[in-house]
Amino acid sequence: MSAESASPDFRAAASEALRNEQLRANFRRAMDGLIAKRAAMFADPEEWRDLRTLGASIRARSLARLPELLEELEANCERNGIRVHWAETTKEANAIVLKILKEHGATRVMKGKSMVSEEMHLNDFLEKHGIESLESDLGEYIIQLDGETPSHIIMPAIHKNRRQIARLFGRKIREAKYTEDVDELTGIARRVLRRKFFEAEAGISGVNFAVAETGTLCLVENEGNGRMSTHVPPVHIALMGIEKVVERLEDVPPLYSLLTRSATGQAISTYFNMITGPRGPGEKDGPAEVFLVILDNGRSRIYADRELSATLRCIRCGACMNHCPVYTRVGGHAYEAVYPGPIGKILIPQTEGVGRRHDLVEASSLCGACVEVCPVEIPIAELLVRLRKEAVEAGPDSSVRGAGEGRHALEDLAWAVWKAAHRHPALYRFLGRAATRLSRFLPSGLPVLSAWTSARTAPRPARRTLHELVDEEGVDDA
Amino acid sequence: MSGASLERARPPQAVYYYGTCLMDLFFPQAGLSGIRLLQREGLRVIFPRGQTCCGQPAFNSGYQEEARAVARAQIALFPEPYPIVVPSGSCAAMMKRHYPHLFEGDPLRKEAEAFAARIFELTQFLNDVLRVRLTDRGEKIRVAFHSSCHALREMGIAEEPRALLGQLANVDLVSLARGRECCGFGGTFAVRHPEISAAMVEDKAGDVVATGAEVLLSGDGGCLLNIGGRLEAERAPVRAQHLAEFLWERTRER
Repeated sequence: MSAESASPDFRAAASEALRNEQLRANFRRAMDGLIAKRAAMFADPEEWRDLRTLGASIRARSLARLPELLEELEANCERNGIRVHWAETTKEANAIVLKILKEHGATRVMKGKSMVSEEMHLNDFLEKHGIESLESDLGEYIIQLDGETPSHIIMPAIHKNRRQIARLFGRKIREAKYTEDVDELTGIARRVLRRKFFEAEAGISGVNFAVAETGTLCLVENEGNGRMSTHVPPVHIALMGIEKVVERLEDVPPLYSLLTRSATGQAISTYFNMITGPRGPGEKDGPAEVFLVILDNGRSRIYADRELSATLRCIRCGACMNHCPVYTRVGGHAYEAVYPGPIGKILIPQTEGVGRRHDLVEASSLCGACVEVCPVEIPIAELLVRLRKEAVEAGPDSSVRGAGEGRHALEDLAWAVWKAAHRHPALYRFLGRAATRLSRFLPSGLPVLSAWTSARTAPRPARRTLHELVDEEGVDDA
Repeated sequence: MSGASLERARPPQAVYYYGTCLMDLFFPQAGLSGIRLLQREGLRVIFPRGQTCCGQPAFNSGYQEEARAVARAQIALFPEPYPIVVPSGSCAAMMKRHYPHLFEGDPLRKEAEAFAARIFELTQFLNDVLRVRLTDRGEKIRVAFHSSCHALREMGIAEEPRALLGQLANVDLVSLARGRECCGFGGTFAVRHPEISAAMVEDKAGDVVATGAEVLLSGDGGCLLNIGGRLEAERAPVRAQHLAEFLWERTRER
């Protein structure tokens, strides 16, 4: 996210993705399945409404007290023997992780799934410093083998189907015999990873919830790799964004339930880890040392805006992308962002700049499918409209990054004309009449029109406007 | 919108009608049909001639000042405390849900809120407030209905159009495969992201054709322009029509 290279281009990437029929089929099938599984989990609308209200209020309450809760979390973690580090930027976070690894002479690291580590581009960074960092989540392992980034925050390799994974394993894993059997493929990955777990000198993980009152780090996972990454190597480094903290232990069960049901349609995940410190005296397992790196990376800037701070309620379930008609068609990579889909469309422009990522802010029909399923009631569509406003008009006290930088003279002109036409009824009626009489003389090469007619017939104004019809019918005016 | 408060409300003697800019230019017959459906229930329908557009295109594009200027001009045209009936879920949602937000910190805020409280989408008003009784006078026909996202999610209108169609004895209403999925219109989205929008409407048109319906109905002009334009480009044997026009044609006495 810190890379300030050439502006990413969602339009071009989406265009390419739309032409890839295999990719589109993979996403459609996967998303349809996830939508059905989630719906079955929330079959009782009242229970859903109640739980969601609770989830949203827990997250809102935690954010309202964010600064104090973070301090409380730090104090309780330290008391539990977890050493806490703060990082404002991904660069700082990378440097902290590297320093810890070097101090422990670690050259081989096993990673559990962590979106914050994706923000940091941690694997690349560690590799440059001679440290092997291996993903142990099956999906992450698959895309790491193929040199890709996640296309979904929960299911990073969801863009690939079984056959594509089979071919990848056949090509990249020397000891593997070619198979398209899912269990056998999983077995191959497991055998490779099992050996690596025992060789690794450190494990790195994310954090789903951090409990301030107890100093507990909660980790939700299905494969056991999260537990292996955090318990087998002698050093465990956990990474979290500042927004992940909750106030009390009792806040966790509702959020956990919302998370697994929304994300994968599971009543509960296979593993739920609660990490409250390193191995104690007399204990037989667990790491000797545990570190927690708490990353800001633009979050406090989002926090400063009362309305936009709702972005930080997110528990990273991915339901918004599963239900998004845009994401379903273009897939996660087209966004050229760590977080794709609806949550990415509001989060990434805020951290990278609303001008730079105007492509994302605009890439929504505002259908609200994401809003409907968000387990913590983030008003994604409203926030998108707000960010569109910020992109074209920097308010005097705007804290939004890049505010006003999405403005174009031609669009300003278009809306000025639109305003004039719709504020003056006589002008509006004149233009309406003109359109009904003259539309057939309209050149079809107009850019706006050709965008429309690429897939549809041109809209044809009626012979007479409704205004004319009501005049004829003698409908009352006022 | 709670059903209980609607039930208690006595049907008024007069209503305002907000035709919307899309209906004005592209579906005037549907706009007029909505007026006739209301008049048939004994209501005086008022169509203030100065009305233009609710302002949603500018609002959704981030041009709030422009949207506010146009919205202000609309609010001024509806001074009496009558309900305002809108034959579009999307425009109704703009006025009901977003006007109060648009006028936050503006002297017109209170007026915008009172205006918003009087907004009803047409099928909601016909079904929930007037509880119209419809008699089908048409031939047997199979139809599909597409709900606009804003009607569905911002206005909470799911059952009303179906309940009205359900009263028509000769109408066979079939469901779309992904009935809650956006058709890809999204106002300016269709021209800002034409390729994604095209992919969405192609899928939607495919779902419509697969139902074997002769007519695709919707309560929103935007969806109709989009899906109808696609069906026409495919030369599919399905025509798109606004629900108000369909209801009026099927039930009018000849």
